[in-house]
Amino acid sequence: MSITPPFQPVVPKLKRYTMETLLSRGVRLDGRKLDEVRKIEIVPSYIERAEGSALVRLGQTVVLAGVKTDIVAPFPDTPNEGVLVVHAEFVPLASPTFEPGPPDENAIELARVIDRSLREIKAVALDQLVLEPGKHVWRLFVDIYVLNHDGNLFDASMLAAMASLLSARLPVAVKTEDGYRVDRGRFTRVVPVNRRVVTVTLAKIAGKLVVDPTYEEEQVADTRMVVAVSDDGRIAGIQKTGMGDLEYREVLSAVAIAVNKASIYHKALEDMVLPYRAKIEEELRTEKTEEAVGGVVELQPAPHREHEEPVEIAEVVDEEGQSGEEGSRE
Amino acid sequence: MGGGAGEKPVLIRWEERDGQKVAVRHDGRLAAQLRPIRMEVGVLSNADGSALVEYGGTRVLAAVYGPREAHPRHMALPDRAVIRCRYHMAPFSTAERKTPAPTRREVELSKVIREALEAVVLTELFPRTAIDVYMEVLQSDGGTRTAAITAASLALADAGIAMRDLVAGVAVGKVDGVLVLDIDEIEDNYAEADMPVAMAPNLGRVLLLQLNGVLAHDEFVQAMELARKGIQTIYKLQKEALRRKYVEVVQEGDEQ
Amino acid sequence: MVRIHVQSRSIVLPGDIIAEGNDIVVESPFIERKGNQYYATITGLVNVQQLEDGKYKISIIPLEGAYIPKSGDIVIGLVKDIGLTHWEVDIASPYKGILTIQEVLDRPFNPAVDSLKKYLDVGDYIVAKVVAFDRARDPLLTIKGKGLGRIVEGSIVEIKPSRIPRVIGKKGSMVNMLMNETGCEIVVGQNGRILVNCPNKDLEEIAILSIKKIEVEAHTTGLTERVREFIREEKARRGV
Repeated sequence: MSITPPFQPVVPKLKRYTMETLLSRGVRLDGRKLDEVRKIEIVPSYIERAEGSALVRLGQTVVLAGVKTDIVAPFPDTPNEGVLVVHAEFVPLASPTFEPGPPDENAIELARVIDRSLREIKAVALDQLVLEPGKHVWRLFVDIYVLNHDGNLFDASMLAAMASLLSARLPVAVKTEDGYRVDRGRFTRVVPVNRRVVTVTLAKIAGKLVVDPTYEEEQVADTRMVVAVSDDGRIAGIQKTGMGDLEYREVLSAVAIAVNKASIYHKALEDMVLPYRAKIEEELRTEKTEEAVGGVVELQPAPHREHEEPVEIAEVVDEEGQSGEEGSRE
Repeated sequence: MGGGAGEKPVLIRWEERDGQKVAVRHDGRLAAQLRPIRMEVGVLSNADGSALVEYGGTRVLAAVYGPREAHPRHMALPDRAVIRCRYHMAPFSTAERKTPAPTRREVELSKVIREALEAVVLTELFPRTAIDVYMEVLQSDGGTRTAAITAASLALADAGIAMRDLVAGVAVGKVDGVLVLDIDEIEDNYAEADMPVAMAPNLGRVLLLQLNGVLAHDEFVQAMELARKGIQTIYKLQKEALRRKYVEVVQEGDEQ
Repeated sequence: MVRIHVQSRSIVLPGDIIAEGNDIVVESPFIERKGNQYYATITGLVNVQQLEDGKYKISIIPLEGAYIPKSGDIVIGLVKDIGLTHWEVDIASPYKGILTIQEVLDRPFNPAVDSLKKYLDVGDYIVAKVVAFDRARDPLLTIKGKGLGRIVEGSIVEIKPSRIPRVIGKKGSMVNMLMNETGCEIVVGQNGRILVNCPNKDLEEIAILSIKKIEVEAHTTGLTERVREFIREEKARRGV
């Protein structure tokens, strides 16, 4: 059950007034323009133990994401695809408003929006994560950890998720009698990525749309729009989140601004993550040529059969909840 | 989206009609056509307000209790009512049994539906109380969250809870490259995009908007326009359904 | 310049535009203004009246909705909990009624030696008056006064609180007609609970059926005459 939340820290009226006056002049409290994104910093492979990881700073907001892998049976309706699981934790050290315990509706919503934005456009080439069709496939966990909340968790988390996937390597799968064992000491290749996706969040404050809102701005905002945009400029997902409403034309401008501003986040990925990805790809290539691959099995992607419609993980299949529920899967 | 393991059915046929190429959907509908929609208000005697809404094979029952005393007391807010909202699917509503425990999907949808209702309900009229909105999807055939919010808003009106406007919702999809209104489950299974939208039509406000899938920017703009037109039709049906409840009584009264 | 979009006494729904213009006086919490347009926010009967100064007065009588206490209201409450020095009373409202010992007894009360249970117990119905209510605290009740106190006989009929004005009628016309025709004593609580005390079971049944009929047909016209006819028919049929 979803319940109207109690009041967050009270925003002084004076500050709200100042914010609104500034906005009407096209400036924000921190000096940014309405459509200006805060400083972005991405550190790929921040956690060496993870198969892939990234630390993202968006202004004062800090999000860490890690990719872990294992080998499982595929879902019955997608025998030729690996499994992608996105999970988010709002850990209590990140904000006075976060409580320990299982993910609340905000964390669940964030994880699901990021999951959909990655999945629908096939950002990760899940069809290349198959060891034996219908039997053994790779499962990728993307765990998002919010470390400091200064607003716009969606964009920071999406950047962290994307960067961790781009910096992730698949370990060696060793064939055993009844399946496969993961040898995490050695790696075969980078996680195959088809498309890069980012989200652009806009908040509506006093009738103005601002990009990349701070925590303070979110407290004052009527509502927010999260728009996922792929590296080829398509819209890969939308979520209106928060209690207020938007005028019809505001929705259209919000999406137009988002499509336009996405390039800033994409550029950050290109500048701060792609060089790292190229570097590990190169390392893996040289290692492979040096090392004999005794006992190592790494199958080629399953041949794509023409008559089959590309199918996806059931978590999204049951968008209207038909086949087996996600509860067991997430 | 994604799909059944079976063979993909033909979802769009192109036919010549009056010398024009027209996209016809698997159930014979045109692209901008709604399914048969049925609404009934005041269907449950215990609830303060209730409604049954059908979009084709999708059937959702909504009930409203309240405003009533908020339990536990600490949850109550001093200057407004809290809205407690539950979107839930019956285990038998889907092809394969759905676990009765609330799923992450239901948690998210309960949240976005609550946030949509918060924007229209005059919660400030009932401080320290709770307004409970329960939606049960009895049968699922696509578009359940939009049918649910349409039903919830009827139940709120039936309960006499003050609202700035009714809320009407519909999902637009992209199927085989064609934007279609009010997608059903088969279409949804193979759709490139599913975009549920809910609006307060008289106020021209968008209250719920999600896009699951991929659209080009211009397709998104067209999809919004398609949704808005569908919502206008559903809004008219909502008003008729609410009025009908009183009209029937008048006719009964006149017969005596 | 005023434009009225509805007929007076017709049903309006949330989001319906009632009127637009400048010379409009709103007399209802259930009408919202957007620019110079006025919208209904609740299901109800709209009233449009042109005032002597040429302005238009618009108001809505809700057809549905919870009972919100007002000081001075007579309500029928059900005692649901007993504290040390007060009772909690269910008054069919989002807000529970508080009845303190001072509003029941005239003499001092010592909780150490005396128990409230002796005076009013859980499950008792009372006719009470709302003394004070501001929505910030729960409404305070009293049973000191003529016609107030514990209910010892009769039946309670519960209807939608929004239909109570119709049960009372203009200047009490409906409830007086009910009492005259059935011979029952009727106490109408503003919170939707009605106490009927009748000479016999048949008349009680007729009174209750009549009240239910008023509840269902509250938004129709010519109701008093229809109910009077109904009572007479029922009386003739039952031979009472």
